[in-house]
Amino acid sequence: MQKHEYDGIIVGAGGAGLMAALHASRGGRVAVLSKLYPTRSHTGAAQGGISAALGNMEPDKPEWHAFDTVKGSDYLADQDAVELMCSLAPEIIIELEHLGLPFDRTPEGKIAQRRFGGHTNNETGKPVMRACHAADRTGHMILQTLYQQCIKQGVEFFDEFQVMDLLLDEKERRVAGVVAYEIATGELHVFHAQAVLFATGGWGRVWEVTSNATSLTGDGTALVWRRGIPLEDMEFFQFHPTGIYKLGILLTEGMRGEGAVLLNDQGERFMERYAPTVKDLASRDVVSRAIYLEIREGRGIGGKNYVYLDLRPETINKYFEKEGAKWPDGSPRRVTKEYLLEKLGDTIGFCRTYLGIDPLEEPVPVQPTAHYAMGGIPTNVHAEVVVDVQNTVFPGLYAAGECACVSVHGANRLGTNSLLDLVVFGKLGGQRMAQFIRQNDPPPLPPNPTARVEEELERLRNGRGKENPAEIREELRRVMMANVGVFRTRELLEGAREKIRELRERYRRARVMDPGRIFNQDLLEAWEVGNMLDIAEVTTVAALARTESRGAHSREDFPERDDENWLKHSLAYRRDDGAIELDYKPVVITKWQPKARVY
Amino acid sequence: MEVRIRIQRYNPEVDEKPHWEEYTVEVEPTDRVIDALHQIKWFQDGTLAVRRSCLHGICGSDALVINGRNRLACKTLVRDLGKVITVAPLRGFRVIKDLVVDMEPFFRKFRSVMPYLVNDERPPAHERLQSPEERARFDDTTKCILCAACTTACPSFWADSRYVGPAAIVQAHRFIFDSRDQAWRERLQILNENTGVWRCRNVFNCVEACPRDINVNKAIAEVRQALITGSRGLPLEDDEVH
Ligand SMILES: Cc1cc2nc3c(=O)[nH]c(=O)nc-3n(C[C@H](O)[C@H](O)[C@H](O)COP(=O)(O)OP(=O)(O)OC[C@H]3O[C@@H](n4cnc5c(N)ncnc54)[C@H](O)[C@@H]3O)c2cc1C
Ligand code: SF4
Ligand code: FES
Repeated sequence: MQKHEYDGIIVGAGGAGLMAALHASRGGRVAVLSKLYPTRSHTGAAQGGISAALGNMEPDKPEWHAFDTVKGSDYLADQDAVELMCSLAPEIIIELEHLGLPFDRTPEGKIAQRRFGGHTNNETGKPVMRACHAADRTGHMILQTLYQQCIKQGVEFFDEFQVMDLLLDEKERRVAGVVAYEIATGELHVFHAQAVLFATGGWGRVWEVTSNATSLTGDGTALVWRRGIPLEDMEFFQFHPTGIYKLGILLTEGMRGEGAVLLNDQGERFMERYAPTVKDLASRDVVSRAIYLEIREGRGIGGKNYVYLDLRPETINKYFEKEGAKWPDGSPRRVTKEYLLEKLGDTIGFCRTYLGIDPLEEPVPVQPTAHYAMGGIPTNVHAEVVVDVQNTVFPGLYAAGECACVSVHGANRLGTNSLLDLVVFGKLGGQRMAQFIRQNDPPPLPPNPTARVEEELERLRNGRGKENPAEIREELRRVMMANVGVFRTRELLEGAREKIRELRERYRRARVMDPGRIFNQDLLEAWEVGNMLDIAEVTTVAALARTESRGAHSREDFPERDDENWLKHSLAYRRDDGAIELDYKPVVITKWQPKARVY
Repeated sequence: MEVRIRIQRYNPEVDEKPHWEEYTVEVEPTDRVIDALHQIKWFQDGTLAVRRSCLHGICGSDALVINGRNRLACKTLVRDLGKVITVAPLRGFRVIKDLVVDMEPFFRKFRSVMPYLVNDERPPAHERLQSPEERARFDDTTKCILCAACTTACPSFWADSRYVGPAAIVQAHRFIFDSRDQAWRERLQILNENTGVWRCRNVFNCVEACPRDINVNKAIAEVRQALITGSRGLPLEDDEVH
């Protein structure tokens, strides 16, 4: 076992972790630990854009952005946090540009923007160009730019170190560090530090069809939960409407932003019926549900469980002409193949590679794909983790990015708001951490700091049973997709809960095939299955309790939103015996009283 | 369909040297090579090690030598390979285990070319302006995912591992030709050393290997031209790239 002394540890090197590192490392000695090489983080997969009311293309205001976010959240977001994020958005985009981010440009040389679902001009109700982008590789550019700046600033990295436990000083209830596993050697390392920030991303792998990377198993979220930190709003998980059929690979909303439309088996643009004003650019929960309903009514393509996304210029131009769509300069809005290829080259490439379909010539089969965790580790706007209904701060513990719940996304996140969330709260958290580490020394390490991890790994290495963790994982993913997906009912959720308990039982008898120390992915993935089981169970239990439909949480047995009883965040606690207890805290409302949500 | 997959295996804890092992898996023709490797890992032989994450060609984890060519396992479909598939780790790096190599020397070269924007002027309150034409100048090289497929396909790199290699040049190009950058001369000087651009012999393996379809050879040629002319000049036409 090796020991390291730092002031602050950042777990995760995606957009949130790197932004936090840039700012936190100004306050003391900070190290970034990541199970992947930083540039492999899934922030690099984000395609469409990052939102800010810059108004570079047409009039826009941070207030409109904030209202759209609150409405998109189905009124579950905390409005003070949303207002802060949206008002900081323009300056943080400018900061990214100054750091080198190669945004696409307008003819005048400003940052180019495009439309995205749920973002509107609040006066006309029409979609507004708010998504700043670098082709369809915006996340790639953010990840690269932040990593480049970390190199420039000499930030310390421990690459391919998998964090497995959070160390606490139980007496004072303070953070004391983390335990990490060095993947290349199998050695355990203790990092002693007075502050730890989790930026470990989402957990889409818990579902069978997902846009998420294999690494997105919710490690950070699950391990702090096992240390007694509650989780907030876990029942809210977003399904993105347009995943490539069966594979789940994401086709950015930017395609619809550029004019692509969804069609059912009859060639009908069905979103006209579900969202007459913004149509295909309604919020993601609305579009995903519409696709499911079309499929259920037998209007999936050939009666199967997918619909078409049509990006062909002739289709797009037909609808533009019908609607009288115009460019900002007043000329009629039309697209060509060349234009679409320039704006959406990567996405078009995915269809060509994985489906053998050229979306400029043929429509593409799509289905909703598990995409984004709205819930997570509860924090305030400084990314400080808060552990109860009174929002009491846990000293030294921070979380930012997809693993955290501020909450700015409430029950449903708008596209392009996650990248914004990462950089805004990554920065605020990093700054807060810098301040904290200047003012505090680390508490003593607990005795036997690696004991828990050793025990978990020992059981997986030398357990008595013969269960294959991969089988357990795949069964879990299937039941979560079928029962805890776009539409939910009591029966489905109870069925899932039973199944998860059975799988958990089997997991106790799991045993890995690889006995080695060097690059033992078999062992690490088996450990991750434990995290996925924890997360699946909390999600299901919280979903079962919430007897209403709000945002991404759609209960067919309770189809209406119920503000009287449910305008509140859930907090799930883990009792010492492993049982889950739910509590609720109020939503912060500043300006906008809940209204019916129509698009 | 059934395919046979031959994988170069090496576990330093038990093996003296690398050897080949063969597996048979049932796959769909449209499955990716990484799907076949997953089947082996998860259901046949859990000791197999291979890096991967995004599964759709954007994170750069799984560049491997597949049927003799450098490609991403997540971007190569089984149906394009035939009934026998061979998979080996990238050449020119130390093997840690099986298909996993030590990438540190690769990242060290990446860091050596100052891969970050340098501009010490006080920034304006708004964005630094850049025309679409100036932006287009380095668009191609912003696509790089640092997968190392190009560098490890390069005979000049095989011959002498001190050569910075095409990937580092691509990264340098991305900043040299960014109108906002002020350190382009320094970066050019780094690439002017005897480990730099002059090592390239125009074999074009890099262009063929790049899963992001970056015109790597053109990037190298533009850096050379900038060194010769001492200016960032205009982009080269395709027929000027030799
Ligand atoms: C395909 C796709 C497209 C998207 N497009 C957009 C978009 O256009 N706009 C938008 O706003 N949002 C988009 N999103 C959402 C957004 O990209 C993500 O929510 C966001 O990038 C998450 O960033 P993060 O920093 O929280 O985590 P990630 O980037 O996922 O990084 C997680 C980090 O944690 C590390 N880690 C995890 N577990 C451990 C552990 N146990 N020990 C050590 N390290 C660990 C990983 O190595 C990694 O570095 C998209 C998401 C997907 C999947
Ligand atoms: S230039 Fe292409 S092949 Fe080389 S590292 Fe970058 S993406 Fe990979
Ligand atoms: S797994 Fe990301 S590039 Fe292949």
